[in-house]
Amino acid sequence: MAKTPLQFRHNGRDVAIFVDGGMNLLTALRDEVGDHSPKFGCGQGGCGCCTVLIDGEPALSCVTLAETVAGKSIQTADGLKTGPELHPLQTAFKENFAAQCGFCTPGMLMAAKALLDRNPDPSRVEVVEAISGNICRCTGYEPIINAILAAAARRAERRA
Amino acid sequence: MLELRKDIFADERDDNLKEIGKPTQRQDMLGHVTATSTYFNDHKLQGMLHLKVLRSPHSHARIRRIDLSEAERHPGVRRIIRGADVPRNLNTLLSLINFGKDDEPTLAVDKVRYKGEPIVAVIADSQREAFEALAKIRVDYEPLPTVFDVEEAMKPGAPVVNETYPKNTFTYHDIYDHQKLRFGDVERGFAAADHILEQRYQMSPIEQAHTETNGSIAAPDTNGRYVVYTSTQALFFSLDTCAKILDVPSNTLHFIGGTVGGGFGGKVDTVTEPLSILGAMLTGRPVRYVIEREEEMIYCAPRGAERIYIKDGIARDGRILARQFRCFFDSGAYTRLSSYAVVKCAAHLPGPYTIPNVSADVYCVFTNRVPATAMRGFGVTAVDFAIECQMDKLAHLVGMDPMEFRLINAYRDGDMKAHRREAKNTALIECVQVAAEKAKWPIRDEFKRMSSRKDGGGARAAIPPTPREPIVVNRAPGQQRTTYDRPAPPAPEPLRSPPPPSPPSAPPAAQPSHGAIRFSSVFGARRR
Amino acid sequence: MPVTVKTFANPTEAAAALSSDRSARYLGGGTLLMRALNEGDVSIATIVRLEDRSLTQVRASGARITIGAGVTLVQILRDRELSFLHASARLIGGPAVRTSATVGGNLFAPAPYGDLTVALLALDATVAVMSGYGARDIALEEFLSSRDRSPGALVLSVTCDRPATPEAFRFRKVARIKPKGASVLSIAASLPAVGGRVSNPRIAYGAMAPTAMRAKAAERALEGRTLDEAGVAAAVAAAAEGTAPATDAIASAWYRREVIGVHLRRLLLGQAG
Repeated sequence: MAKTPLQFRHNGRDVAIFVDGGMNLLTALRDEVGDHSPKFGCGQGGCGCCTVLIDGEPALSCVTLAETVAGKSIQTADGLKTGPELHPLQTAFKENFAAQCGFCTPGMLMAAKALLDRNPDPSRVEVVEAISGNICRCTGYEPIINAILAAAARRAERRA
Repeated sequence: MLELRKDIFADERDDNLKEIGKPTQRQDMLGHVTATSTYFNDHKLQGMLHLKVLRSPHSHARIRRIDLSEAERHPGVRRIIRGADVPRNLNTLLSLINFGKDDEPTLAVDKVRYKGEPIVAVIADSQREAFEALAKIRVDYEPLPTVFDVEEAMKPGAPVVNETYPKNTFTYHDIYDHQKLRFGDVERGFAAADHILEQRYQMSPIEQAHTETNGSIAAPDTNGRYVVYTSTQALFFSLDTCAKILDVPSNTLHFIGGTVGGGFGGKVDTVTEPLSILGAMLTGRPVRYVIEREEEMIYCAPRGAERIYIKDGIARDGRILARQFRCFFDSGAYTRLSSYAVVKCAAHLPGPYTIPNVSADVYCVFTNRVPATAMRGFGVTAVDFAIECQMDKLAHLVGMDPMEFRLINAYRDGDMKAHRREAKNTALIECVQVAAEKAKWPIRDEFKRMSSRKDGGGARAAIPPTPREPIVVNRAPGQQRTTYDRPAPPAPEPLRSPPPPSPPSAPPAAQPSHGAIRFSSVFGARRR
Repeated sequence: MPVTVKTFANPTEAAAALSSDRSARYLGGGTLLMRALNEGDVSIATIVRLEDRSLTQVRASGARITIGAGVTLVQILRDRELSFLHASARLIGGPAVRTSATVGGNLFAPAPYGDLTVALLALDATVAVMSGYGARDIALEEFLSSRDRSPGALVLSVTCDRPATPEAFRFRKVARIKPKGASVLSIAASLPAVGGRVSNPRIAYGAMAPTAMRAKAAERALEGRTLDEAGVAAAVAAAAEGTAPATDAIASAWYRREVIGVHLRRLLLGQAG
């Protein structure tokens, strides 16, 4: 099968891979780059487990044609830590018991990051809307919403 | 936040406990938030192939012919697996504990019994090539009459779904087509009752909808073994099931489970491993079989629909005098765990209430639907829904408050339960009282003073006279030998006169079996 | 056949590639096409992409607004000139879907999806389509009735009315899951008023037919009326006329026909849903 070269920035590093025609970004990240943090839940863009950031905007990697991200900057949950230090969202999820099976967690974290990067002090309604494209079958969502609000509050404290 | 009602059963509490009553962080939470928790699919194996199955578009059909010639020639296709390639192509999940007969093929051969049943498996270099090859497979079907209703399936002349069970009901103890519970005499109870209420409850099948779909990756490993990364909830069950289906010693297989992306019962059925391992065996390469989302929602096992008839006789003071159940569990085309669900249901009746006369007949019925399996309290949750709706209706019938009505009928410590066991550590009364308090639902003082530890036992501890019913024997007793059993002992010399028939309830002695002793509740025989 | 991706810089070439190859599909935001590929649709072997900046432009100078087919829903939401479309765009997908979902793509979304198209239909939209015959404008209604029969057509832009006042254009989406979920039904209504009476109303429904549709009987019954209980009664009574909703996982056809009048009435009277 003919392969197309593809270069982009992945969690701050330049990567270069080859993709099959029609390959989606999720498969490219998992099978070619080796980043298993975005997950396959549906292949329909309906569950949000594959959520990544493309140039800072939330996107569903399973319905994104891999080739379209040439030259762009991709961020995944794998890149949230700074060295060994957890991102405030990761700490907040941990402290608020915002995961059980953990499968939706990488996507939730990226959807939350997209929100807080643009809107550092969201209302509860805005948090709910930010994760409205992410399905969780375990927690009932409340701990996740609390975690995101807690992360925003802690950041506000630090800035104050 | 969590509120612990330490005032209830205070004298039985031990607050010196290290873990109970205290919040504890999950041991895998750090893995979850750093996306390092490893799910089955988080492995990249060199040269991995992709497996997809062809599924029947018919609910019931004979397979006349399967033409794989074009598909086999498709670029990228490494191997196509048919039913004839599966070493032991008939299995049932609970055969590992000698419960039930092998009734389900891994790949259908002469017949399909539900829409979505797998027929062949294509293994190709890429997912796209597997899909393309699937589109080139030609199957000639001869559609057969279907049955989708549990009661229709039990009528004489109904289409036979599964030839292993020709009357479309699972067989218990070799001769019974249902689970039976009898305690006291419901007909006398109904005769003494002031009101009778008979209702029908119908559940829908329910999909577990775990966010991660079923799947596995199997690969040849060192020393002739196969490593299998799997999403299963039942690691050892799946390993032994695969050893049986593939006819290999179980130490050939190295199953690695780990974090499951949600199960809820939808990953207990050993869904993908037999084919991914067989694929690895036949191609000599790693093989990945992941169920797609639509496949999962439509064709993978839900919890089966249940039809529940409850007939109650009730006195005007609110005491339930007699309760009779007829329940029909829709197992779909194959047994899976529905046989066990029925046992759990029967064991749960008549609910947490002391009722002097109880009768239940619970059936596991086969229809041309997707086979049913476990989901969140299967066997119990649905019948509880029916029971509690019934309780509300009964309360309304006698003009009582529904909470107080439940408190009157609740079981108490020392009562005899319909299963002839003494009720111990009951707590329904306290649960209802706290629920009423939280909901600000007023109940009268005398009901607030009730306790699980008061007013039980005494006359309520007696086992009432229970009329015997004639046993209806559907077929001659026998013990089906499964291919998983060790070889039978050599046949005895033929006798001059025929030996007397063995009693139906005693299983044949001294037959080696796997783990049967531990699961005595399934057989109903207590081994004390 | 393996999938090939072809990227063009101008619409004529892209349209030619689409019409000459039965296995070719156009890639808008990807929510429909990539899903089909993921699920094993082997009838798609060529992906046609168009990198043309005019596709992502909005021209909002006159009484009618032209929106490039490649404009995304998040782009609409961040554009104050398009505030009349925010009610419909905000309720589509989640934030990540809105990042890539396009105006052009929404025209192809099957029922019960396609809520932006419902809004555009009520705004007297036309569609600029490039085909083998060159570019032409066709009424959105005509486009929708023939869209499945002309797979080679390439949508370049959509042009619609700019409502005179915010109250003159209303949108409502009825869904079981909030804030976003697939539609039980959606309603868009353009209600210009002359002397306190509705003049030339346009009412469009989503999920009440195989594509977005105009509720012409309701429109006729609303012409010249006031937007009060008595004035809307005839339109509400005619609400379900001409509808052919499907029974799907979201709702039954019966239920949709039962409640369309209830929701139309609430929309016309400005009541909460």
